[in-house]
Amino acid sequence: MDATTKTNNFKSEEYFINMGPQHPATHGVLRLLLTIDGEIIKKVEPDLGYIHRSIEKMCERDSYQQIVHLTDRMDYLSSHINNEAVCLTVENALKLEIPDRVKVIRTIIAELTRIASHTLWWGVMGMDVGALTTYFYGFRDREMINDIFEETCGARLTMNYNIPGGLMFDIHPNFVKRTKEFIAHFKTKLPEYDTLLTGNIIFQKRMKGIGILSKEDAISFGASGPVGRGSGYSCDVRKHHPYSAYDKVTFNEVLKTEGDTFARYQVRVMEMWESLSIIEQLIDNIPEGDYKVATNVVIKLPEGEYYQKVETARGELGVYIISTGTKNPYRLKFRSPGFSNLSLLNHIAVGGKIGDLVATMATLDLVIPDIDR
Amino acid sequence: MNITKNIHEWLFSLMPETTASIVEMVLIAVIYLAIFAVAGLYLVLLERRVAAWFQLRLGPNRVGYQGLLQTMADALKLVSKELTVTIKADKFLYNLAPYFVIVTALMALSLFPFSKEFQAFDINIGIFFLTAISSIGVIGILLAGWSSNNKFSLIGAMRSGVQTISYELSVGLSLLTMVVMTGSLQLSQIVEVQKSGWLIVQGHIPAIIAFCIYMVAGTAETNRAPFDLVEAESELGAGFHTEYSGMKFAYFFLAEFINMFIIAAIATTIFFGAYLSPFGITESIPLLGVFWFLAKTLALVFLMMWFRWTFPRLRIDQLLVLEWKYLLPLNLMNLILMALMVLLGLTIKF
Repeated sequence: MDATTKTNNFKSEEYFINMGPQHPATHGVLRLLLTIDGEIIKKVEPDLGYIHRSIEKMCERDSYQQIVHLTDRMDYLSSHINNEAVCLTVENALKLEIPDRVKVIRTIIAELTRIASHTLWWGVMGMDVGALTTYFYGFRDREMINDIFEETCGARLTMNYNIPGGLMFDIHPNFVKRTKEFIAHFKTKLPEYDTLLTGNIIFQKRMKGIGILSKEDAISFGASGPVGRGSGYSCDVRKHHPYSAYDKVTFNEVLKTEGDTFARYQVRVMEMWESLSIIEQLIDNIPEGDYKVATNVVIKLPEGEYYQKVETARGELGVYIISTGTKNPYRLKFRSPGFSNLSLLNHIAVGGKIGDLVATMATLDLVIPDIDR
Repeated sequence: MNITKNIHEWLFSLMPETTASIVEMVLIAVIYLAIFAVAGLYLVLLERRVAAWFQLRLGPNRVGYQGLLQTMADALKLVSKELTVTIKADKFLYNLAPYFVIVTALMALSLFPFSKEFQAFDINIGIFFLTAISSIGVIGILLAGWSSNNKFSLIGAMRSGVQTISYELSVGLSLLTMVVMTGSLQLSQIVEVQKSGWLIVQGHIPAIIAFCIYMVAGTAETNRAPFDLVEAESELGAGFHTEYSGMKFAYFFLAEFINMFIIAAIATTIFFGAYLSPFGITESIPLLGVFWFLAKTLALVFLMMWFRWTFPRLRIDQLLVLEWKYLLPLNLMNLILMALMVLLGLTIKF
């Protein structure tokens, strides 16, 4: 055996591995094509389409009231906010005057949804880095919010509560009381999140300095939501383009400049505090009034193009409607936050280990139906 | 104990010497297999109840009183399941791997002094034997990962090899630190020394350091969280045993729990006086030794479960940094400290 073949024995070789579509860390049917050298990630290529239901095409078939419930099935963890996005677009196009009561209730519910989504994310995030207990803590608190929603709109996941023109029904008489109970409860539980996970030395070592996304990259990849804000990119739609009752409340846009997974983690945890404060400001003074304004049974948008964006728990959700004046949209496009956030995965995960990839992916907070639609 | 002595004499009076000793060995093996199975099954239940306790759940409490028969039911289910083999698996090694894991776990179990007389196998290199046996177990894991012909399994096996080889050093060295005090590797001898105070008291500072290192390294040896990189559910699916089903999977699963028991039992024997009662309160009743041994071991097992349900998982490079940069140098210094202490007679003896 000559010298060259000898050294070849120790040559490391890149290999290909399929992560998903059935994999615990991809949180759904996302398939990642990984090229790995040992444990080091060389390339990540997301392969989409496993749960594509052509929602946008279906929207062209449906009336505007029907479109709302399809949006529940996109990012199912912030279904209230998705509903709101479509409703706002339609209402703006029709130039409807929405009662203050509706605006306030929508805001409260959107923030509750954000907390619910973030608690779930927090639980799953812990699981992804190997701390299994967090999952149950997160679900304990999410359960209370789901109960509130169930009482008011009868559903726990696919709410379908907002309709063009207002809300489907008025809030349940218990809504205010239970929301206050939840706030009191969650204020004692949120510090537990920090003591269990955030302060843990292993967790911090795992999270700090990996998956770094610079502000410039965040902007050029179109990152939004906590992913963008973790990199110092001020992109909160609630702040910059207030809708519903967000112009009536004061809250801080949580910004971190580190851009690593830990920054994104902290942004989400801090956002839960901000959401709590928004709800607190509104819950005591829900204005009296109608819970909806009457619209035509068949809504026809005037000819033109309409765009409205909202801040879901994952980032900026845009709804773009082209109407030709008929009862269906000519074209409807959702700009989903998950899709843009996923697109930067290869950029930030390369060079890390498999464990880093999982942690990074967890802080992108991917919901696959939101990406695939 | 009198009963065992009676049986021994009765057997030897009944048949020739060789047959009698073979029968005796088989009897002991059966007893230990029973201990193994019962310990495995109930540790699984204990883990699930402890986990539930940490996680705001109830855990299994329906099958039998407080779920006592739950793992029996699970085992029955696993026995009745199909044993699948992937087409490209190396069948011989694939089938062999679980036995490596389970047999080594069983062999290690035979060494422990559950009470003064209740010890099957008291060789003069006891601790050395234990560490040697526990390192054979990793061969099973490596074989399982390699022969499954699955890339995720292979990564798991790769990690397992790296992890076990590294952390064995710490386990060995921290035990060696204590051996400096006892002057013997024989487990019964080590317990004898502790009649004048448990070693963790006798050796005070270095012993406590050694105990901490041992618990960290021991947890890593059993591949449990926060060192469960070998399985790493969220990264590798199930790691090395992804392709195993039915009873073969159960072997790996049981072995993990038995290994946890073994790690805790070693700590009990070396640091906490094995079957000796605290302050000698029940030394007059030797049978209670079993109780004390199990109580101490289960307390340590609980500690390990506590780790598992609280800590996130380390990353592979952090795992190695922890061992090679922190634990190993600390361990070596601790060993010298202990040697000096013994030399200068600074140990505490009652």
